[in-house]
Amino acid sequence: MFEIIVKKELAPNVKLIEVKAPLIARKALPGQFVILRVYEKGERIPLTIAEKNIETESITIVFQEVGKTTKLLGKLRVGDKISDIVGPLGNPSEIERFGVVIGVGGGVGIAALYPILKGLKEKGNYVISIIGGRSANYVIFREEIEKISDEIYVTTDDGSLGRKGLVTDVLKEILEKRKIDRIWAVGPTIMMKVVSDLTKAYHVPTIVSLNPIMVDGTGMCGGCRVTVGGKIRFTCVDGPEFDGHLVDFDELLTRLKTYKDEETLALRLFEESEGEKVGYSKS
Amino acid sequence: MAIAKAKTPIPEQPVEQRVRNFDEVALGYTEEQALMEASRCLQCKDAPCVRGCPVNIDIPGFIRLIKEKKYDEAIKKIKENNNLPATTGRVCPQETQCEALCTLKKIGEPVAIGRLERFVADYELSKGYDIPLIKVRRDKRVAVVGSGPAGLTVAGDLARMGIKVSIFEAFHEPGGVLIYGIPEFRLPKRIVRAEVEYIKSLGVEIFTNVVVGRSITIDELLKEYDAVFIGTGAGAPQFLNIPGENLIGIYSANEFLTRVNLMKAYKFPEYDTPIKIGNIVGVIGGGNVAMDAARTALRLGAKEVHILYRRTEEEMPARYEEIIHAREEGIIFNFLVSPVRFIGDDKGQLIGIELQRMTLGEPDSSGRRRPIPIEGSNFIFSLDMAIVAIGTVPNPLISMTTPDLSINKNGTILIDKETGKTSKDRVFAGGDVASGSATVINAMGAGKIAAKSIFKLLVEE
Ligand SMILES: Cc1cc2nc3c(=O)[nH]c(=O)nc-3n(C[C@H](O)[C@H](O)[C@H](O)COP(=O)(O)OP(=O)(O)OC[C@H]3O[C@@H](n4cnc5c(N)ncnc54)[C@H](O)[C@@H]3O)c2cc1C
Ligand SMILES: Cc1cc2nc3c(=O)[nH]c(=O)nc-3n(C[C@H](O)[C@H](O)[C@H](O)COP(=O)(O)OP(=O)(O)OC[C@H]3O[C@@H](n4cnc5c(N)ncnc54)[C@H](O)[C@@H]3O)c2cc1C
Ligand code: SF4
Ligand code: SF4
Ligand code: FES
Ligand SMILES: [Mg+2]
Repeated sequence: MFEIIVKKELAPNVKLIEVKAPLIARKALPGQFVILRVYEKGERIPLTIAEKNIETESITIVFQEVGKTTKLLGKLRVGDKISDIVGPLGNPSEIERFGVVIGVGGGVGIAALYPILKGLKEKGNYVISIIGGRSANYVIFREEIEKISDEIYVTTDDGSLGRKGLVTDVLKEILEKRKIDRIWAVGPTIMMKVVSDLTKAYHVPTIVSLNPIMVDGTGMCGGCRVTVGGKIRFTCVDGPEFDGHLVDFDELLTRLKTYKDEETLALRLFEESEGEKVGYSKS
Repeated sequence: MAIAKAKTPIPEQPVEQRVRNFDEVALGYTEEQALMEASRCLQCKDAPCVRGCPVNIDIPGFIRLIKEKKYDEAIKKIKENNNLPATTGRVCPQETQCEALCTLKKIGEPVAIGRLERFVADYELSKGYDIPLIKVRRDKRVAVVGSGPAGLTVAGDLARMGIKVSIFEAFHEPGGVLIYGIPEFRLPKRIVRAEVEYIKSLGVEIFTNVVVGRSITIDELLKEYDAVFIGTGAGAPQFLNIPGENLIGIYSANEFLTRVNLMKAYKFPEYDTPIKIGNIVGVIGGGNVAMDAARTALRLGAKEVHILYRRTEEEMPARYEEIIHAREEGIIFNFLVSPVRFIGDDKGQLIGIELQRMTLGEPDSSGRRRPIPIEGSNFIFSLDMAIVAIGTVPNPLISMTTPDLSINKNGTILIDKETGKTSKDRVFAGGDVASGSATVINAMGAGKIAAKSIFKLLVEE
């Protein structure tokens, strides 16, 4: 059992929790994730490790409440325990001195981008961050990102913070003017696709962190398979980061919809019972 | 009195009923039936049957104790060699192991050794098991990676020899394939849990949610433990690598069975893990895994389930009993066909598969006749779900992170079969991770060998 020691609401339906997990905290590197199961009848879902704290032996995860499992997780309070957490999974990001790098983050992806940019900054890269969200209160982790960036640009769909528009608008302007050595894009699949399409034209190596549906996270189910450069790759063991210019995003977007009907049903039943009868009991 | 030529039949759930539930198919002998079956055993002096059992159970010995109604002693006798009898009694391919060598085969069917083993194991589970007294406790610690039959056997054996054992398991529940792969209707999970509890009762601790190679490495384990045993199985699914394989509706057997067995997707939405079942399901492969996937799909409500196999029934590696059960339940067998490509609609959903007909040629390296494609024989088969069950290979996580561990070309760990030793000092391995996909009892046999040589290394040398 894994105890929650900190909980915050970062934005509407976006929560941060810090969980005691000594083995994972010791090992976690930027780009890696965990798989957790909230309670006995729960499903296994992957979430990125946004931060680790060796002193408190804990890891931080930031998640958006989109369906039953994330909403259930969002209901837990400090002191509650999560049944199972396994990790760190996936390969760490390739953090080296590249020169000038851009990190593009959207939605909760910003939290996942943060440890990568932090690592890149520590390695001596010139870090440009472009982060965006629907409106001002959805732009999470702004202060953290600001601290480790040499330049930061914020966009919102409604213009309530930073520039009105999309992260790719800013990215395009920068690519027009300057030589960039490497780009990381972490966020909704559609954002990563648009970024990759754009940077391809400018021949800038672009790394994306893919988020297919997972079960085990150790390479034993193949559910997380994606097509990269025409070959089947398992995201949990071969990724989660891949060369964005080689990823078949349309296939990934389609596969992400596999369980739409079941997810809708699970969420409806959960909301009807307000999380009571669906089984989670505090221990 | 003449000996009955046939095995005493085992009661089974009627077909019409069982295809709609996940309850066990074979119900197990009653005491009367067990006694009747035990009476068929000739108590052969040379006991050829024992040679067919990879863990050398004293078969005539335990059957004699059944005859004498000494069930407590019978199970003790089995447990001298086998820590998981309720499991092996159910899933061993007895027809190619112990029963294959039974003297009675000369006049008819062999003694139903597996069913008798199951009878006494279930007898013990129903009344609560005895925990063997561990006489000496030694100051040695062994880490076991993976909690499948190989790992559980090593752990159980070493614990009984007084060594402190910790098991590290990647999943949230121990048992390996017994928990995530073999379905409830063949091996109820309460049986596996009880067998795991027995191993724990010997003083073995199990840490779940630890992926060795990610959460901790073999080298780190070696700092804390005197020896390490790797029993991580062959869990990585292979795909066909044909066009369309990532369409919605195509599962690896591992994913399908893990969702259903480990995650209990058959109870969705009570349990949260979803599963999608098609109307017409094609299962590609001919082994135990394919049979399990097919029968599971049927129980989840598929209208038609087809086995698509590229050789003939004769070459099918599945346990004989499973093929019979599958056929009784209405699984349709299509032989000598091989997939060429999957076909999807504009929503990315699987709607068909192109198959090519095959013919059998000369035997290949496995001794089975090789399938040869027939030119121009391709045809389209409509289906909306496919399960790929064409085999699995060891997971690369440990080999990737343990550079001085020698690995064979096919990804298995290189070991000395007599001792279970790997190329790395104080590291042993066995089960599917070393042999490639095999059987529960072979994994246990390998575990026994490794336990012996670990004991020798730590205590005797
Ligand atoms: C490597 C990786 C890292 C991730 N990191 C984060 C993160 O840091 N923060 C965050 O908010 N989200 C993250 N996600 C996505 C997160 O796992 C899903 O949002 C979550 O599983 C949704 O579960 P649900 O039951 O609440 O929603 P549901 O209603 O069940 O699903 C909503 C959508 O989430 C996706 N999804 C459903 N089940 C899974 C699953 N088992 N695995 C992956 N995706 C699934 C599907 O596209 C689905 O349509 C990550 C995904 C991956 C693969
Ligand atoms: C569906 C199916 C049906 C089968 N039916 C039969 C049958 O009827 N009869 C029969 O005899 N055999 C059958 N088999 C084969 C049999 O189950 C295997 O041969 C046997 O389980 C192998 O045992 P093992 O201990 O080597 O590995 P496994 O049972 O595979 O156990 C390995 C364990 O190690 C864990 N693990 C893997 N990697 C790591 C890691 N890096 N760190 C920590 N833990 C890890 C896994 O999660 C797993 O729990 C079947 C197999 C399948 C898949
Ligand atoms: S363990 Fe398997 S092979 Fe050995 S006697 Fe029992 S059923 Fe036969
Ligand atoms: S070979 Fe058959 S008859 Fe002879 S001892 Fe073994 S089980 Fe009994
Ligand atoms: S999540 Fe199962 S193989 Fe990647
Ligand atoms: Mg969900």
